[in-house]
Amino acid sequence: MISQFFILSSKGDPLIYKDFRGDSGGRDVAELFYRKLTGLPGDESPVVMYHEDRHFIHIRHSGLYLVATTSENVSPFSLLELLSRLATLLGDYCGSLSEGTISRNVALVYELLDEVLDYGYVQTTSTEMLRNFIQTEAVVSKPFSLFDLSSVGLFGAETQQSKVAPSSAASRPVLSSRSDQSQKNEVFLDVVERLSVLIASNGSPLKVDVQGELRLKSFLPSGSEMRIGLTEEFCVGKSELRGYGPGIRVDEVSFHSSVNLDEFESHRILRLQPPQGELTVMRYQLSDDLPSPLPFRLFPSVQWDQGSGRLQIYLKLRCDLPPKSQAVNIRLHLPLPRGVVSLSQELSSPEQKAELGEGALHWDLPRIQGGSQLSGLFQMDVPSSLGASGHGPSTSSPPLGLGPASLSFELPRHTCSGLQVRFLRLTFRPSGNANPHKWVRHLSHSDAYVIRI
Amino acid sequence: MPYLGSEDVVKELKKALCNPHVQADRLRYRNAIQRVIRMSKLDQWGQAEVLTFLLRYQPRSEEELFDILNLLDSFLKSSSPGVVIGATKLFLILAKKFPHVQTDVLMRVKGPLLAACSSESRELCFVALCHVRQILHSLPGHFSSHYKKFFCSYWEPHYIKLQKVEVLCELVNDENVQQVLEELRGYCTDVSVDFAQAAIFAIGGIARTYTDQCVQILTELLGLRQEHITTVVVQTFRDLVWLCPQCTEAVCQALPGCEENIQDSEGKQALIWLLGVHGDRISNAPYVLEDFVENVKSETFPAVKMELLTALLRLFLSRPAECQDMLGRLLYYCIEEEKDMAVRDRGLFYYRLLLLGIDEVKRILCSPKSDPSLGLLEDQPERPVNSWASDFNTLAPVYGKARWATIFKHQGTEHCGPKLPHTASLATSGHLISEENKERVQELQDSEALMLVPSCQLTAEYFEKTWLSLEVAHQQVLPWQGEVHPDTLQMALQVVNIQTIAMSRVGAQPWKAYLGAQDGAGCLFLTELLLEPENSKLQISVKQSEKRTEILSSFISVLETVIGTIGDMKS
Repeated sequence: MISQFFILSSKGDPLIYKDFRGDSGGRDVAELFYRKLTGLPGDESPVVMYHEDRHFIHIRHSGLYLVATTSENVSPFSLLELLSRLATLLGDYCGSLSEGTISRNVALVYELLDEVLDYGYVQTTSTEMLRNFIQTEAVVSKPFSLFDLSSVGLFGAETQQSKVAPSSAASRPVLSSRSDQSQKNEVFLDVVERLSVLIASNGSPLKVDVQGELRLKSFLPSGSEMRIGLTEEFCVGKSELRGYGPGIRVDEVSFHSSVNLDEFESHRILRLQPPQGELTVMRYQLSDDLPSPLPFRLFPSVQWDQGSGRLQIYLKLRCDLPPKSQAVNIRLHLPLPRGVVSLSQELSSPEQKAELGEGALHWDLPRIQGGSQLSGLFQMDVPSSLGASGHGPSTSSPPLGLGPASLSFELPRHTCSGLQVRFLRLTFRPSGNANPHKWVRHLSHSDAYVIRI
Repeated sequence: MPYLGSEDVVKELKKALCNPHVQADRLRYRNAIQRVIRMSKLDQWGQAEVLTFLLRYQPRSEEELFDILNLLDSFLKSSSPGVVIGATKLFLILAKKFPHVQTDVLMRVKGPLLAACSSESRELCFVALCHVRQILHSLPGHFSSHYKKFFCSYWEPHYIKLQKVEVLCELVNDENVQQVLEELRGYCTDVSVDFAQAAIFAIGGIARTYTDQCVQILTELLGLRQEHITTVVVQTFRDLVWLCPQCTEAVCQALPGCEENIQDSEGKQALIWLLGVHGDRISNAPYVLEDFVENVKSETFPAVKMELLTALLRLFLSRPAECQDMLGRLLYYCIEEEKDMAVRDRGLFYYRLLLLGIDEVKRILCSPKSDPSLGLLEDQPERPVNSWASDFNTLAPVYGKARWATIFKHQGTEHCGPKLPHTASLATSGHLISEENKERVQELQDSEALMLVPSCQLTAEYFEKTWLSLEVAHQQVLPWQGEVHPDTLQMALQVVNIQTIAMSRVGAQPWKAYLGAQDGAGCLFLTELLLEPENSKLQISVKQSEKRTEILSSFISVLETVIGTIGDMKS
């Protein structure tokens, strides 16, 4: 299947190189790839490239390039899946996937590659099978400590006891054999939803799309069985109806092959025996029919005096979440017409920040409480060579280049579809001792939230 | 051998596929295959490998075929995209005689493909989009209700946006055309110049079917007076006017005023062509052309100057008083002062033509103003699924047809290059094959598909000599109605690389035509078309220089398709 595999840093430095078949080129192939990638014309896709009898396929993950070469006409889906799975495996073994961790664990990476691929064919990518063969230990940069309360990232959570696990909690190596008991026995379950919305200039939503995933990262010894209970009124498809009221509905759902669905029909409970490491338990999609209103509405008002070139934009951002929820790390990105060099601003509250960068306005709001609204007034001068005919102030057509506003935000403890994990119970633990910690988190974030002006 | 779960599984597979005794005995082979399919403990890589192996298997009966499909049904619901798409491909290939099964499978794979198109991984998204386009070639309405999923997001990389725009262009239908056009209209004012231009070309593509709405949108875009937008809109108008003459009026009304915003060669050429051909309906055409003539000395692009000459001469025919003076000045400049020989040549030609008289000029220059039939020929008709099923789930759709063909050629020449000397074995085809064709000849030795060489140059004498020396290999009669239009037929044949050696005039009784074509391997196909005096039957006689029946039947089908298309257009 594949001839060579290599990993490059974001600048093109080769970190790992492995040749499986010895039938094409040598180490210089990595440099060749990077040169070709950076020299590619804009409309050609870099995903699959061809050079001298070899196809290069790569993915970008955490800033690194994972590249495979092949000379046969293989299935691109399988290859991409293999590369993603390799990225996840390396992340599991080294703690996280980055230039630093890879360079510290070169021996481990090569051992992994040896076991996963033989002569370019995939042997297995299951962590269960690999555990029996991998001997090398992962090297971590600093010892894990619960006192390190940096910002909350993925796999860090709040539980009923209001304890917060730091973001580094889940980034330690999964499969180490250190016998430090207090560090074992944790499981993180995240319900992550990506919200993709397009709102027209008159305020009506043109496209609403939610892609959700239930991601599990387990440090438990394999063989533990767990049950995940979802909201009982969870319905799949348009025709199903459960319980009373509108229920929580998704359009389509797909499960990992190892999930046992016996109790799903009756009680919406998933049973599985997760291997150590990361696993996507369930994926679902929902379009067009969200039970709750869209989290943000923008009310822009643009005044443009073409004679003097003065452009005044008043943006009112309203958050339609329930009053107890909030949104964090909100950033509004508004492209501006060409030639705008400076702007003046008036913001409604002191913690906001707005700046002009790369031809666009960046308005940063650290936190918005549900139900509240924030506004900002921006004034700038637009060079007069742009736009349609007509003189005098006009509010009808905005100048060319005043692009659609994109919002990026995170909604902690909120799912747009309404799906919630009711419980996470471990029914069987082979080691028997040490009550494991269970961290469950719900999070929605924006994938592409675009509002047209 | 990939690790497929257990020892006996591997044993079964080896037995089925490596042991020639098993392969020779159909029954044992079939049993081994059945056992392979029933293996349960495979992980996703094993499943993908099994699906690839099974592509080689030919089921013996319809019952067995459906048996296999039922067993493999669960693979279509797997959570691994590689397995799902691999299973889809296998189904498509096994069921090649059952188009309704193929359509059914493509319906079932819609969900996973759409999920892949909205995946977080850009690479997966891109590959899925390429496969969606592949499916749309055969089933254009397949994704029409899901058009919203193909709207572009602001942050997506350029190559994904281009694919999505192409997909939007191809899935347009009556219900979603309004929304799709609105969305594309939004992209036309995007900051990125390439993307905006791609969106405008896409609107041009949709305009062939929904002309009025698209022309309106394009006219509005002209009003923005942006250089990169205006030039592409004018080029789109030029193509549109050629293919859909009903929009000429609207286009002519939109044109005045846009000449100030065009600076690049392509845009200028398009504008000048439009002014020349339709200048009688555009009021300020002579004045715009006069501007160009004034600045011809500083014009850097020779193509623009050539276009200017032709357009001005055409406009002169319809508005002589206004153009006479500047035509004279232009011709003077081109003949006396112009350094580019092609431009000078054309100027001289037109001058001599004018000396012969207006009638001659009219005869040469009054070409048709539009040709809707070209649109029919250019548009890819719906291709059957079987034509691309073997490319599904490979790298071919990811590269795109054009690039894949060059890669294939590249691979071919490298393999066959050192073996065949350039001068040998081509003596049979004489000295007529030019250098560039020799490469193609070498690499296509193995291929069974028919590939006609585009630039074969058979002289009439050589044709006659070869025709008389060969015997008829195939004769066929097609029903026909009415006259044959030689120009249309010739053009259509040229599209598929068949050269017209000689053709009777329209209305000749009996009507005959002689066609020649050459295969990549040097095999000649000489064809005679004979239309009986009653005009109801067209007789085709084909002679082949080498006896190769499978290629002959491919050639016959190509010829039939072309003639069928021409016949359909008239009836």
